[in-house]
Amino acid sequence: MLKDDPLVLPSFLRDTTNSDSALKKFLNGLSGVDKVGVEERVAKLGTRSIKTTAKAEGIDLAIRMIDLTTLEGMDTKGKVKSLCAKARRPDPLDSTVPSVAAVCVYSDLVAVAKENLQGTNINVAAVATGFPAGRVSLAAKLQDTADAVSQGADEIDMVIDRGAFHEGRFLDIYDQIQSVKRACQAAHLKVILETGELKTYDNVKKASWIAMLAGADFIKTSTGKVQPAATLPVTLVMLQAIRDFEIATHRRIGVKPAGGIKTTKDAMKYLVLIKETLGENWMNPNMFRFGASSLLNDLLMQRRKMKNGAYSGPDYVTVD
Amino acid sequence: MVFEYAPAPESTKVVNLKTNYELFIDGKFVKSKNGSTYKTINPATEEVLAEIIEASSEDIDYAVNSARKAFKSWSKLSGAERGKYIYRIARLIQERSRELAVLESMNNGKPIRESRDIDIPLVAAHFFHYAGWADKLDYAGLGKNPQPLGVAGQIIPWNFPLLMLAWKIAPALAAGNTVVLKPAETTPLTALLFAEICQQAELPDGVVNIVTGAGETGRFLVEHPEIDKVAFTGSTEVGRLIAQAVAGTDKKVTLELGGKAANIVFDDAAMDQAVEGVINGIFFNQGHVCCAGSRLLLQESISDEFLNLLYERMKTLRMGDPLDKNTDIGAINSAAQLAKIHALTQAGKSEGAEMWSAPCEIPNKGFWFAPTVFTNVSLSHRIAREEIFGPVLSVLTFRTPDEAIEKANNTPFGLSAGIWTEKGSRILEVAHRLRAGVIWANTFNKFDPTSPFGGYKESGYGREGGRQGLEAYLKAGK
Repeated sequence: MLKDDPLVLPSFLRDTTNSDSALKKFLNGLSGVDKVGVEERVAKLGTRSIKTTAKAEGIDLAIRMIDLTTLEGMDTKGKVKSLCAKARRPDPLDSTVPSVAAVCVYSDLVAVAKENLQGTNINVAAVATGFPAGRVSLAAKLQDTADAVSQGADEIDMVIDRGAFHEGRFLDIYDQIQSVKRACQAAHLKVILETGELKTYDNVKKASWIAMLAGADFIKTSTGKVQPAATLPVTLVMLQAIRDFEIATHRRIGVKPAGGIKTTKDAMKYLVLIKETLGENWMNPNMFRFGASSLLNDLLMQRRKMKNGAYSGPDYVTVD
Repeated sequence: MVFEYAPAPESTKVVNLKTNYELFIDGKFVKSKNGSTYKTINPATEEVLAEIIEASSEDIDYAVNSARKAFKSWSKLSGAERGKYIYRIARLIQERSRELAVLESMNNGKPIRESRDIDIPLVAAHFFHYAGWADKLDYAGLGKNPQPLGVAGQIIPWNFPLLMLAWKIAPALAAGNTVVLKPAETTPLTALLFAEICQQAELPDGVVNIVTGAGETGRFLVEHPEIDKVAFTGSTEVGRLIAQAVAGTDKKVTLELGGKAANIVFDDAAMDQAVEGVINGIFFNQGHVCCAGSRLLLQESISDEFLNLLYERMKTLRMGDPLDKNTDIGAINSAAQLAKIHALTQAGKSEGAEMWSAPCEIPNKGFWFAPTVFTNVSLSHRIAREEIFGPVLSVLTFRTPDEAIEKANNTPFGLSAGIWTEKGSRILEVAHRLRAGVIWANTFNKFDPTSPFGGYKESGYGREGGRQGLEAYLKAGK
């Protein structure tokens, strides 16, 4: 990844964000996405057979890529504490299981997570900016972000203003992302597009570009609060936008599908998708994350099954 | 390499290969009267799979006479009764689909993903479709009570062995004809397994006869005086010989021949899906597809960008063991076909076109050709005019829609074409002006039993599939 300022675009792209009309023109000039074609491509990749050594490697890779998440109104310190323990040592019976990438919580619980992950490489990610709907003032979004950062959040997962998107106010979204990015300071910014509310693949592509132009470190599919959350075709469209952005700017943007990814089989399909679209440079937790809660246990059960030859069942993994 | 896929070979245990196969005539497997034998191989390993009979003119005589005898009762059965047999065949194909898919990949070299997900499901769908027609022939568009033609002599190619069999046999049987079918010399095995399925379905003796052999056997069949109808899919060269052989006889003919399809990508196409469509258009089934999109017509203003995406995508194609579930590109079907591909690509290079091949590891044994693209191609080059029938794409550029149409039509063939644009009105206009039998818009190589398939000009005549496909096997009622 280039070390240049993500808030400054290369000169040939700078004009695109000078005005609302320039940005709109640029986004409308992107090539379209054919729905049938993108879904067909994903279905074909879905037939990849991941067995033995590939599966074992894929499972550990997927565990290392997880943002272990709890985002509920009823979240407590106790809940976050036990989630952190799980993040550090996903399988108490097997120390060869790697830790996850990050723990993802609401901003008011960042300090609790931070404290319980001390001495590890596990990051704390906070959802901010009026998550999940984002229907608060910019000032409130920035305050939310600043709070999380001041408590030690390493990563901020912000939501875009989908209302503004459907009103065609693309530059407003761009400006908001830039403001939040500034408020993040050193923290990494993941921009949640909430693709379930954007509805079309063309919109997903446009929103991906707005986020990348504005300085996102990661683009993320969903909050998990809207159905459908992450899907393979939506993720493919985002991966291809990331590839196009890299070709144009030499900047590598990470990607995080979140919500609804529950099984090892699902996770393997996402790994296949990145491998065959973006390639090896994205096959690591710095560039790819799964936003998930129940996925981890299925990965652990499959991992044990591969090791012991027998399926142990859900009572043999912890439910934190 | 991170996350390298482990080998995932489909087991061959499901296939029960015999060491030698007989001819299927009059409901039984029979020895040849005086024919010779040859060996059929697995093109991915060059291993011998079985010994096959090269049927003689006496064998053909026996087969045609059996079909003639069976025609008397088969054509008298009610459509509903015939339909029952065809439905039964369709269901048996589904039940034995894994066996058929594995055997097809072994004998043809195509990836199991394609034989499993495309060939065999389409075969079953084709039989289901025409089973439904058997009692509805009054609605085929030929007036009330249309009549079958009699005995059909059918010759099919090696690129889709069982699917081409289905395209030929299903409509013929539904319409009340009986058939003698000759599978291609290099790919007889699934046709012989299909013969077993006919026995299993208790299809009346002689309704379907399968005779194996090469060109000479085919000639005996075409020239046999008791044949009422010749149906051929294969090269334009052989198609011409067949047309000459039946000229002046009462035999009805349908020919489905070669192609050199244009896949036209406009500057407003959905780029990634168009790239995928071009890949699917030319590298599906190793390019052994008569309707393959072998000429990419690319709008000049996007050509660099598009070709870069295409090359990057081609680098991810996985060539190798056809039975591995993760293989995208299998083996070339025969040494002869491989030699033909080499000869034409050599001609491309010496005529000045630029060749680029995907970096695939070529296995030591078997017949292989890496996915290849030629740029700087002009319409006068052989690789732009002749059918290569391999994983080789020739790229030409254009500036305007008119130029694209002109170049697309500038070929002796006219089987298929593809149009890639997000502009609906352009699709309609361009499709209207292209002289090709099948035109795909924002997709390519899609097949469906309800859809008629066939060509213009040197790509042949007649249509297969759908209601139109019945016309090849029926005459108007009295």
